[in-house]
Amino acid sequence: MSKITRRKFMQASGSVAAAGAATTLGLWPMRAFSQETVKLGLLHSLTGTIAIAEASLVEAEKLAIDEINAAGGVMGRQITPVVEDGASDNPVFAEKAKKLLERDQVAAIIGCYTSASRKAVLPVLNRAKGLLYYPTYYEGQEQDKYVIYPSQEATQSVVAAIEWMAKEKGKTFFLVGSDYIYPRTCNKIAKPTIARLGGKVLGEEYAPLGHTEFSSIINKIKAAKPDCIYSTVVGGSNVAFYKQLKAAGLDGTKQVLLSTVVSENEIEGIGKDNAVGYYACMGYFQSIKNPVNEKFVKAFKAKYGQDKVIGDPMQVAYNSVYLWKLAVEKAKSFDPEKVIAASSGLEFDAAEGKIRVHATNHHVWKKVRVGRARADGQFDIVWESPNLIEPNPFPKL
Amino acid sequence: MQVFNGISLFTILLLMALGLAIVFGQMGVINMAHGELMALGAYVTYFTSRFFASHLPGWMDIYLFVAIPLAFGVTFLGGYLLERGFIRWFYNRPLDTLLATWGLSLILQQAYRTFFGAQEVNVPLASWLSGAWNVTENIQLPLNRIFIIGLTAVVAVGVYLLLYKTRWGLAVRSVTQNRAMSEAVGINTARVDAVTFALGSGLAGIAGCAFTMIGSTNPGTGQMYIVDSFIVVVFGGVQSLVGTALSGFTIAQSQTTLEYLMSGSMARVTILLLVIVVLYYRPSGLFSSKVRA
Repeated sequence: MSKITRRKFMQASGSVAAAGAATTLGLWPMRAFSQETVKLGLLHSLTGTIAIAEASLVEAEKLAIDEINAAGGVMGRQITPVVEDGASDNPVFAEKAKKLLERDQVAAIIGCYTSASRKAVLPVLNRAKGLLYYPTYYEGQEQDKYVIYPSQEATQSVVAAIEWMAKEKGKTFFLVGSDYIYPRTCNKIAKPTIARLGGKVLGEEYAPLGHTEFSSIINKIKAAKPDCIYSTVVGGSNVAFYKQLKAAGLDGTKQVLLSTVVSENEIEGIGKDNAVGYYACMGYFQSIKNPVNEKFVKAFKAKYGQDKVIGDPMQVAYNSVYLWKLAVEKAKSFDPEKVIAASSGLEFDAAEGKIRVHATNHHVWKKVRVGRARADGQFDIVWESPNLIEPNPFPKL
Repeated sequence: MQVFNGISLFTILLLMALGLAIVFGQMGVINMAHGELMALGAYVTYFTSRFFASHLPGWMDIYLFVAIPLAFGVTFLGGYLLERGFIRWFYNRPLDTLLATWGLSLILQQAYRTFFGAQEVNVPLASWLSGAWNVTENIQLPLNRIFIIGLTAVVAVGVYLLLYKTRWGLAVRSVTQNRAMSEAVGINTARVDAVTFALGSGLAGIAGCAFTMIGSTNPGTGQMYIVDSFIVVVFGGVQSLVGTALSGFTIAQSQTTLEYLMSGSMARVTILLLVIVVLYYRPSGLFSSKVRA
């Protein structure tokens, strides 16, 4: 291990300080609205805990940018991505958003993954009048003037998932989730839905975030013998949960389990053989059959490697860039206020099928699907909502 | 069934805490990077399984028996180098060690992220370890947990023999009790420190290897276990390995019982409160050995 001497340290910090001084002295980066280019901020965790889920979103966004640039750009301008690392730290997200909007003068930001990081960015957006596209499914309960939410909010996926399970798999449920806002909100929506369908909740359990010991919860599930488990366990805990379910003799052939947070990306970590047979409810699955998706998957794999898998948030991240482009072209302006106004009712033919931005609430009308995990880590789509589902971020609970 | 879960959690806690307890108790080093050494063991296991999958698919079922010594070896070596190059400059400065090793843990996490990727990796379970032993209709004991229980027993006995039945163990104990006197009688204390630290690290490696069977492997893996390990070590009394074992048992049994009776988060809070109350009355831990200070 090389020793860092005091002198080396001083030199290093000196040059950092010099660089900082140079920028404050007026050597500003190029303005965003130059004649040839327009800047788009990509703000995600490339390091830290959430990077596991979030880093791949940047890849999808860059793919969309490349495609748009190759096709002539937005209103004749090439998009320059400015990538910033939120480092899985919410204050860092706020700081980087501020930097992107004020120093880099980006036309819009596509970014954040956790609700906490989005909430941290909201005040910055409102102060700087900047626009954010938030590409992750989330619990709803929010509608900000400067945010477009192109993924499914909780009512869109939870209600559809519960209805499908109650109809196809049985009416007794066990709700299990991680102990934080997304699972608790989803279960708040799930419970009245189950009651409305004449079903019964046999148990509701929350494990601390990052928990890896599910044996007690699994015992309770076994004692309750539910027809269906509705799972909102998030992140690395899923690996432990699925592995321990399997070890306890419950697997996809014997037990119905549906999750609204396990996409193809999570399956990679969980292990294909541990997840096989379990269900997920998402807006998008990589195995969706339509020409747009085939083209999307092919382009993605050509750019990032054949063994890459594409999960729901990645596809929405890709859509976000296009939704921004379409809104800009409709507004004939990069001004966030005009872009937001132009977004209402905007339609995009995405890989997941047609999506439409809601006229008033900044979320999107979209289809959701239920998929069953296969041995190769992909999903067989077993159900698809017949129509676009209206977003309802503030349901009556 | 819950008792089995408790025992299973106990062996896991013990596996995590043993290495930490050795380093902490014998050397006074609060090693915040212990979790990252565990993660290293997990990654070694992952790469071993990958190697077997691609080169020796027929031997896939026994890759674990290669991975365990390998995980131990690699982390042992890593621990040795860390001690020589880093930790030894911080002896007798517990708070500085805490900060330094915490920084080290962040560096290691980021290094894993850079080299192995941020995504979780999947370590396949050998076919003979998946499934459960059906004792009766309703009681199923997962085989991987039985394996971990056995592994922990072997490791614990090994550590005991090493510390109490070998010359080297004698040297370690003597250095712990009186460093100056040990030096005076010709014990190379620097070497004892290095090997002790390396041994603690190696145990973390074995723990990491075992965790791949039940948990997830990603750069942050170690973070999930480090707090639990510290609770076990502090609760048990830092100087005593037997205390570590007993405290691990107490905590594991109460945790699983409470988890069954209340929600997971409440169970955790209750355990922490329990630990605080005990430490209030017995600051040096529940099972601390009586020594003249």
